[in-house]
Amino acid sequence: MREVMTGNYASAYGAKLARAEVIAAYPITPQTSIVEKLADFVTTGELKAQFIPVESEHSAMAACIAAETAGARTYTATSSHGLTLMHEVLIWASGARLPIVMTNVSRAMAPPWSVWVDHMDSIAQRDTGWLQFFCQSNQEVLDTIIMAYKVCESSGIMLPAMVIMDAFIQSHTSEPVDLPDQELVDSFLPPYSPDLKIEVGKPMGFGSLVKPDQYMEFRYKAMLGMKAARDRVLRVEREFKSIFGREHGGLLERYECDDADVVLVAAGSVAATAKDVVDSMRAKGHRVGLARIRSFRPFPHDEIRALAGKVEGMAVLDRSYTFGAAGAMFTEARASAYSVQKRPVMKNYIAGLGGRDITPRILERIFEDIQVVSRRGAEDEVEWVDVAGLQRRWR
Amino acid sequence: MVVASEVLAKAAFKMGFEVSSFPFFGVERRGAPVTAYARIDEHPIRNKSSIYEPDYVVVLDSSLLRGIDILEGLKPSGKVLINYPAGKKLPDLPQRYKYFLIDATSIAAAHGIGSQTAPIVNTAIMGAFAKICDKVALEPVLESIREVAPVKEEENVAAAKEAYERTTEATP
Repeated sequence: MREVMTGNYASAYGAKLARAEVIAAYPITPQTSIVEKLADFVTTGELKAQFIPVESEHSAMAACIAAETAGARTYTATSSHGLTLMHEVLIWASGARLPIVMTNVSRAMAPPWSVWVDHMDSIAQRDTGWLQFFCQSNQEVLDTIIMAYKVCESSGIMLPAMVIMDAFIQSHTSEPVDLPDQELVDSFLPPYSPDLKIEVGKPMGFGSLVKPDQYMEFRYKAMLGMKAARDRVLRVEREFKSIFGREHGGLLERYECDDADVVLVAAGSVAATAKDVVDSMRAKGHRVGLARIRSFRPFPHDEIRALAGKVEGMAVLDRSYTFGAAGAMFTEARASAYSVQKRPVMKNYIAGLGGRDITPRILERIFEDIQVVSRRGAEDEVEWVDVAGLQRRWR
Repeated sequence: MVVASEVLAKAAFKMGFEVSSFPFFGVERRGAPVTAYARIDEHPIRNKSSIYEPDYVVVLDSSLLRGIDILEGLKPSGKVLINYPAGKKLPDLPQRYKYFLIDATSIAAAHGIGSQTAPIVNTAIMGAFAKICDKVALEPVLESIREVAPVKEEENVAAAKEAYERTTEATP
């Protein structure tokens, strides 16, 4: 049944349909209504779960780690400063191989204070060993939460996942979302049943000290899990489609890329807007396409490499900046393209930080710019878009 | 304001349209200035950027007529709906647009929505909007109000109905 709802409610419904058994969360703008809605579900009995109100995000993740270690399916949601406060325990969750699923409403970091979207919070957690899915619609948020449990709870994976949506642009935007039937979700996602868990009367060591002769093997196995997740994401999505009739593009969604001369690579809600721009530019005869990074971890190396071998120009839009380097999406996409014989011209566009609107007009100018530099070469490999005092052409 | 745009989106959705509505606000607290947007279309809506050239502008607080340019970007065929005290003269506004007035504050107060000093006008104003909007009818707006209103559903519905009846066109 289709209903009009915000991204936050879609998130809460995702956790409910996945039958999360323990929810521990701390409210933060703009994630708050996820937690409120889940608290409602638990209070009314619509969701049979233990709801743990905690005193911080660090505690929220710690509670999820404990519950998940005991074999419960857990869910939490956070944003921005809440996510970065969790940093230490995020690494614990992945190291302990706990398939926790969390929504992060991606929001800029202070100072200066901002409650609006950018991806710095999420990107700052890229090395924590979590899968990271960037969503473009509220439907995708709901579907991805359900799929994430199925991906992560597989014995070959056993890693946590972050389902990321943009602050306000998704969290507070109401749009139609199909709420799947609980029975269908149940048929797709069986109850969580890990091979190992804390059990009374069955003593085991969890999180013990290991000496240098053993530590590396733990990291190696986590690497194998993340590697296996590439294929697992695709297989789970195929199964999801066969049951629910929807798909969202695997690791890298390609839109009008087959015959494109230049493509834009982007993640999050801006990719949805970019599809409109691709359509309008194609109507004027420009062969442009969009490649949406849906899974940032694991990164779609093979998909980017294949695409890089076919196009002349690749514009990579980052909604965050890694100081001293460039945008993270860009550095990774360029690394993926390195082994291609005839590499495209690649240029990084830093845009939309702290909620600055990335309009269709700006996206059109990025496409026009990459068309030009794909022929001439790029003067700057990283350009900040629509910044006061810099190039006037973006305004 | 946010609730008003949500009511509008849900109403248009009931009529078979694709919809998208979103607020723009800093802090989530009552009384802070808020803008909310809604898109209504026959096709799925992918554009996630703000609206710069609206077809309609709805002003819930008439004190904003002095502070900001409420007509910025409004399309030439655009319509403006203003919550405005009955009997008070409109300030100077460009003649090229169509203006509609409704005293939603008094209507909301009369129906006991919010407090007498700070009535909540978001449901009454959507009744008025149903009158001036070509795409949205009153009945789905009332249905959406019933779904969205946390309390006093029927009072909110009655206020929207009354606002629908009493909305008038005005010439500045």
